[in-house]
Amino acid sequence: MSHLDELENNSIYIIREAYAKFRNIAMLWSIGKDSTTLLWLIRKSFLGRVPFPVVHIDTSYKFKEIYEFRDTYAAEWGLNLIILRNEKAIKAGLSSEKNKFNCCTELKTNALKTGLKKHDFQALYLAIRRDEHGIRAKERVFSPRDEDFEWDYKNQPPELWNQYKLVAREEEHLRIHPLLSWTERDVWEYVKREDIPVVSLYFARNGKRYRSIGCECCCNPVSSEADTVDKITEELKTSKVSERSGRAQDKESDYMMQKLRSLGYM
Amino acid sequence: MEEHKLRLVIVGHVDHGKSTFIGRLLYDTGSLEADKIEEIRKKSNQPGTEIEFAYFLDHLEEERVQGVTIDTTQVFFKTQKREYVIIDAPGHKEFVRNMITGASQADMGILIIDAAEGVAEQTRRHAYILSLLGLKRVMVMVNKMDKVDFKEAVFIQVKQAIDNFLSEIGIKPNFYVPISALNGDNLVHSSVKTPWYGGRPFVEILDGLDKDIDTREGYLIFPVQDIFRYADKRSILGRVERGVIRKGQSVKVAPGNQTAKIKAIERYPLEVDSAAAGQSLSLILEDSLFVERGNIICDVEHAPKVIDSFTASVFWLAGKEFSKKEQLIFRCSTQETGCKIEEIKRKINSSTLEIIEENAGALRELEVGQVAIKTKRPVAIESFSDSPELGRFVLVRGEHICAGGIITL
Repeated sequence: MSHLDELENNSIYIIREAYAKFRNIAMLWSIGKDSTTLLWLIRKSFLGRVPFPVVHIDTSYKFKEIYEFRDTYAAEWGLNLIILRNEKAIKAGLSSEKNKFNCCTELKTNALKTGLKKHDFQALYLAIRRDEHGIRAKERVFSPRDEDFEWDYKNQPPELWNQYKLVAREEEHLRIHPLLSWTERDVWEYVKREDIPVVSLYFARNGKRYRSIGCECCCNPVSSEADTVDKITEELKTSKVSERSGRAQDKESDYMMQKLRSLGYM
Repeated sequence: MEEHKLRLVIVGHVDHGKSTFIGRLLYDTGSLEADKIEEIRKKSNQPGTEIEFAYFLDHLEEERVQGVTIDTTQVFFKTQKREYVIIDAPGHKEFVRNMITGASQADMGILIIDAAEGVAEQTRRHAYILSLLGLKRVMVMVNKMDKVDFKEAVFIQVKQAIDNFLSEIGIKPNFYVPISALNGDNLVHSSVKTPWYGGRPFVEILDGLDKDIDTREGYLIFPVQDIFRYADKRSILGRVERGVIRKGQSVKVAPGNQTAKIKAIERYPLEVDSAAAGQSLSLILEDSLFVERGNIICDVEHAPKVIDSFTASVFWLAGKEFSKKEQLIFRCSTQETGCKIEEIKRKINSSTLEIIEENAGALRELEVGQVAIKTKRPVAIESFSDSPELGRFVLVRGEHICAGGIITL
């Protein structure tokens, strides 16, 4: 079995464990390459179906290519798409200009909190990976969040032998991370192998491409000529720059990612 | 470049230099991105050290401020030969639960010992845990050799001390390397300071190792995770843990005695004739049996034992102690049922291996008990040495996993 096969089979195992125990579950889709890969794996887990809602947290500041891609594939794959927006904050004109921490918290974390309460989801699938950020590297595969969405990173449940936290208290919800052991390169190689559709922003245009995508205002492209999946995997073999180096919210202050995550961020 | 990644867990007593070892390794193999190095350089403010290598792993604010690793993490580095996954484990007694989480994912253990301090409590406990987890491949790094002037005598002394302990628990390390993680001696390059050491530097030894893949041959073990219904089909979802499954094969559905034939095997979007260990798939049986999560689909002739009483070694992880006859939940693969620990025949200190008590009444955190378990319903199990997949389990109390165990039968 190849390395990618191993990753794929293990992720499917995790996805199915979560669904077996938490029927009231949903997946967070940021429309990026990782969450689209997760969606692909979920379809493989359930014979081509996605038997639960797929949630998009829309800050209203996403690139137009993201909205187009979302609508195309939600239709093609027959997804039960739920779009969450913090309408109040968006109408009030909240943006990242003055304070990124606040903007992320309001438009992303709080939009999710409200949505979770409304739909009463017991668990959420997320496509985060350990190699994205040092804080995410500390995560568990089944990671509990309390009623305030807080992550008790000092007191995480043990995980061994594919045995996960399969029981949650009523006020808690669990974050399920099937892609935790995948690296950026693993994802791209899998995208290539499976021919998974991804947003065009990842491919170079005029000497620049986005390695990591989110809201238009806080994402900076990197210099690159890689305009195909093959060229991207080649580029990654020798890259000396980290994937999220263009993401402004990681940089705003020390431990910002930790603070964001302890309040319920992804 | 080799296809498979090798997963290493770095263990050892607190402050013996695990995080520095990893940070230095990443740095010396050029596995760190420039912007990350810059970020750490700015944050390190210890006089005399330009870069605080441990910062590459200890990302939590509390970890950096106190200089202590709290939880396990994983990072990647590569050489010309292959890619490696490094799992860092906290060395503090308080965080053994997190160390086990990390170690259970590894192919091999790297035990780090401070040359000046010598073999300490967690050095032994971590080694013992590795042996409980079935991780037999261990390499020993005698670190901080710079603090003992790179003296061969000290190296030999530490080596002897740990070797004695390791042989008691059935581990025979293949390599002992004298290193200084801080200065990089014998990590990637051979050190001029250890002319008496005839071996290779750490990374070279690693590259020379084989992945040692367990082919997982043997009789079929297919634990059922779920039943997925759509259209008029009932698909059985799961992953082959051992052996091979074939279309048309006659199988038994443990723990009962029902038998059936495999009608179809699907690995969406393909239908296949057979599948091997490690593959997640969906099955359709010819007969319409009632199958549910927790059933183990196995070979008709060679099914696992189905019993409700057996002996095991249990490592208690929870802070709150356990008292005999308390109701717990037993989980082995996808099987789940209530259970009681009828007897704690003896319990031992997981660091010194001393017998604390015979016929004990309770088990505390970090203690290992040799116990007699009685499950509410019979379960399909094997001894750990015969079949790890059905030979290891966890015990759950409420919503928490409280212990890990190995079945000895």
